[in-house]
This record gives sequence, C-alpha cells and structure tokens, in this order.
Amino acid sequence: MQNNVNITNFRQDFAIIANWVKFGSKVLDLGCGDGELLQFLRGSLEVKGYGVEKDDANVLACIQNGSNVIQMDLEDGLSGFEDQSFNTVILSQTLQAMHHTEAIVLDMLRVGQEVIVTFPNFGYWRNRIQITLGQMPVSKTLPYQWFDTPNVHLCTINDFDAFCKNHNIDILERKVITDGEEVNFIPNLLGCLAMYRLKTK
Amino acid sequence: MSENNSVGVVAPQTAHFSEPLALKSGQVLPQYDLVYETYGTLNADKSNAVLICHALSGNHHVAGKYSENDKYPGWWDNLIGPGKPLDTDRFFVIGLNNLGGCHGSSGPSSINPATGKQWGSSFPILTVEDWVSSQARLLDHLGITQLAAVIGGSLGGMQALQWTIAYADRVRHALIIASAPNLTAQNMAFNEVARQAIITDPEFHGGDYYEHGTVPRRGLRIARMLGHITYLSDDVMGEKFGRKIKDTIKYSFDVEFEMESYLRYQGDKFAGSFDANTYLRMTRALDYYDPALAFNGDLSKALSKAKAEFLVLSFTSDWRFSPARSREIVKALLDNESTVSYAEVTAAHGHDAFLMPDSHYHAILRSYLSNIQIGSNHAE
Repeated sequence: MQNNVNITNFRQDFAIIANWVKFGSKVLDLGCGDGELLQFLRGSLEVKGYGVEKDDANVLACIQNGSNVIQMDLEDGLSGFEDQSFNTVILSQTLQAMHHTEAIVLDMLRVGQEVIVTFPNFGYWRNRIQITLGQMPVSKTLPYQWFDTPNVHLCTINDFDAFCKNHNIDILERKVITDGEEVNFIPNLLGCLAMYRLKTK
Repeated sequence: MSENNSVGVVAPQTAHFSEPLALKSGQVLPQYDLVYETYGTLNADKSNAVLICHALSGNHHVAGKYSENDKYPGWWDNLIGPGKPLDTDRFFVIGLNNLGGCHGSSGPSSINPATGKQWGSSFPILTVEDWVSSQARLLDHLGITQLAAVIGGSLGGMQALQWTIAYADRVRHALIIASAPNLTAQNMAFNEVARQAIITDPEFHGGDYYEHGTVPRRGLRIARMLGHITYLSDDVMGEKFGRKIKDTIKYSFDVEFEMESYLRYQGDKFAGSFDANTYLRMTRALDYYDPALAFNGDLSKALSKAKAEFLVLSFTSDWRFSPARSREIVKALLDNESTVSYAEVTAAHGHDAFLMPDSHYHAILRSYLSNIQIGSNHAE
C-alpha cells in the first residue's frame, strides 16, 4: 500500500516535469540518481538529457541504462556548464540536502533558460503535527530520522516563495501535490511536494 | 577461472605500408611496418572492431600470452577476453605498436631502407595525429571502415580523442581514460627531465648509439624511475613502501629503503627492454598534442566536428592526468552537445589505476561496452 502510493506520487512528479519540458529540448537533471527521470523524458519527449550525480552506484546505473551522466558533486557548482546552455535544468527533491542551496539555485538559473525545482514541503500538515507532538517529522517524503538525514535545508512553500522574491527569480508556475493529487487549497498546509518552474527575471 | 576467460595464445602480425605517410613535422615516412594483434572475430558487417591505443611504454601485445608457459600476459589482459569487460565474444579487438615504437613497428631501431642502416637519430618525431593517420591505414588494410570503439588510457586516450576529430565518421564510441586534452607545464617538465637523463648519457651518441654498439641504459633507467614516481600517488607509495628499510641502515648510497629497491628494479627492467630513442619520441608526442591550439585554445571548437559518443574516465588519485583535465574534455563535449558520460573513479593507485582491475572501474567499462550495438541492427 505504502509502496503503491509512492509510485503514484513519483509518476505524478514525473508527469508534471514532463509537462514543463519541451519536446526535443536539452535537459540537465541535477542529482539524477539512477537516471529514471532522464529515461522517462528521453522516452516520452526525446530530450537530449544529461544527468549530474555524485554517487558511484547511481553513476554506474546511469551508464547501464544508457543515460548520459556526469559524475560530480553539485556542491562544487556548475562551472563546467556554459551560461544558458540548457533549455531546462532540473533539481528534483535534492534542494533540501544541499549545503550551498542559494548558490545552486542561482547557478541553475545561469545555466538553464528555465529551472525546475521540487522539494518536500516542510509546512505540510503531517510534518506540523509531528513537530507539535514534539518530534522531528518522518514521512514518505522525509523518510529519515533526525540523526541520519541528509536533509540540511528544509523549507516550506512560503519560505521558497520568499526566497524567489528576494533573489529576483520569476516563478513561471508552481504546482503542489499530495498523494499524486494536485493541491490548490492552502498548499503550504495541505501540500506534500512542491514543484516550481523558474526563470531569471 | 582466470585461464578460462583469456584470449589464449596469440601471435603478432605485421602489415607493410608502401604508401608514404606525410607527417605533421613536414617530414615523410616513405614506407613503414605496423605490428599488431587481434582478438575475437570480425563480424560479417565489420561493425564490431575496437581499437586499443597504447600509452608511453605500451605496445601491440594487449591481451593473451605468446605461449602456454608465458609468465606475463598482454598489458591490458585484465580488460580483454571472453566474458571480460571488453568481451572478445562480441568484439574484434585490435592492438598495435605505434610508429616510432620498439616492438616491431617501424621505429628508430628499424632499418632505414634508403640507407640499409638503422634509423637512429634520423627517425622522424611523430605526433598523436600521425599515429592516428597510420592507425586508420591499418584499419583500411583490415577492411574496417568504422570502429565500434576506440579505447585508450593516458597517451592512448589522446589518440582516442584524436580519432574522433580526424576521422569523425570512422568511430562510433571513444573511451578516453586517465587522459588530458594536452599536457600541463608540470607534466611536460617531467618529460623534459626524462629526456635530459637519456640525452646526456655518454652512451647516447646523439641517438646513434646502435652504430656505436652502446645503450644509454643509465639515462633510460633514470627516466623510467622518474616516470614511476609520477604514475603512483603519494598515498599508495606510502602504503606500499612507506619508510621501510631494506636491511639495516648502512649510511651509504646503496639501496637503504624499499622504495629505492622498487624504483631501481623498475628502472633496470625497463632499460633492458625498451629503446631510448622510442622513449624520447613518445614523450614528445605527449608534449606536442594540443588539438585546441589551432582553435586559439578553444577545445570546444576543436571537438566540434566529433560525432562519436564518449565515455570519459578519470581516477581521483591521478595527479599526472588529474580529473580536472578530464573534466576539460567533458566540458568541451557538453558545449558541443555530444553524447558523453563521465565517471571519476575513486582509486588509490594514481595514474597507474587505469591498468588495475578495480571492480567499479571495470563495471563501468563493462556496462558501457555492452550497450554498444554491433551487427546489422546497430543504428547508424
């Protein structure tokens, strides 16, 4: 049951990203994991895709499934990529684990004509309840314990909206989803996963 | 088990080329021989050929043994064989000795047909570009129009890169390992010290030592010892030898430390089997290679005509061909929207790591190579 919900959620995530990526465009997926999203985009939209990944096993998986992958640490920035050289740069559910959060978002906007950022909304009501009950939230989008989590920069939808405003970033589109369904009512409370399409102003 | 996936007993072959080869230096090699080995079977549509380009001291004997009792197999035997990452059940693998070499291909120690004497100092200085031209002629000789892949480490990686520039239509995949788009000043400096060791050896005689019946063994030995230091990482030298003392400290200049014993052994072994004139020329080929030079230093422009798909690999502890240099190649390929993957393999062995059978490294090569399409169904 839990697993099924996860898959639905995942595909909804992919489906929205696919809607935001143009057919045949050039895409950079940062923290691409085993290349699953790239494979999906390649199959459905014939994109010219590249992934960036740090982990050895994921890099190997990408090479196995024929996804272009560049092994590097996102914390070192995107200096190997030219300004505006990609149609879309994607950072899917990795923002919260970045140390140089501000730097990576700005670098993405430098490299990509458009940027897609997704992250677990820390303002989601289930997280708030767990905090109210006096413990760090653990859920399917935040599956870690406080002592082993890679997440260092969790934020809410309101926080990220303010971040964009302060950094002069244009929010072209924002979608919030919970259990695969789009949430339009009080998204910062009822939304589990936040998805943004951004552009430099 | 290791015997089961060997290519077995192999024999070199020689191809003679009577059409002159115009060299980058302006000189012309009127005729020449290339010695080569092949493993596996060329398929019907000749779509499964893989060329291995060798590095500084390599040669055509890449895999297999010359007899059942041969003590050592070819220099990249851990990679090549039936069921190995470069699977000879699928691929037809070609290894050759580059021109200027000392293992059978025309080089300084061969006879110059014009004089009937050994070339010695008069053998031309060849470049990576010249080698690739001669390799293309070897493919013509074998009836191969297009390579499934070209693979090389270090100086061999430069040849693989040059293949994609010079013969863009003749190579589908390039695997460029522990290499660089040119040498840094520091890297060239090591080559210069190595050459000076050879050239100032009294037995060198300006490169014409064959006719003097001498060998500049001392110079070549020092050159190789220096090389070995740069091929290993500080860590691996520390781990392998540390400050271990050979016997007891004798307060002498004899071998006192294990490290010295290793370097002397490697130097002696090499000086007894390799030709100094070849060593000089190999280091020069390294120095001169710089495909971006003709494009104002713009490597992206230099690679703009490349059509191959690329796998670029580097090793974290390699300081002679550092990961940063491989990333320059990757950046240029990305600028051109080439199909490229890049992996930075965590390895302790420095530059030598590209010859080691590290399991992650070999898994990457195996995965990449197994995705290369061969036979009539390959998309071209």
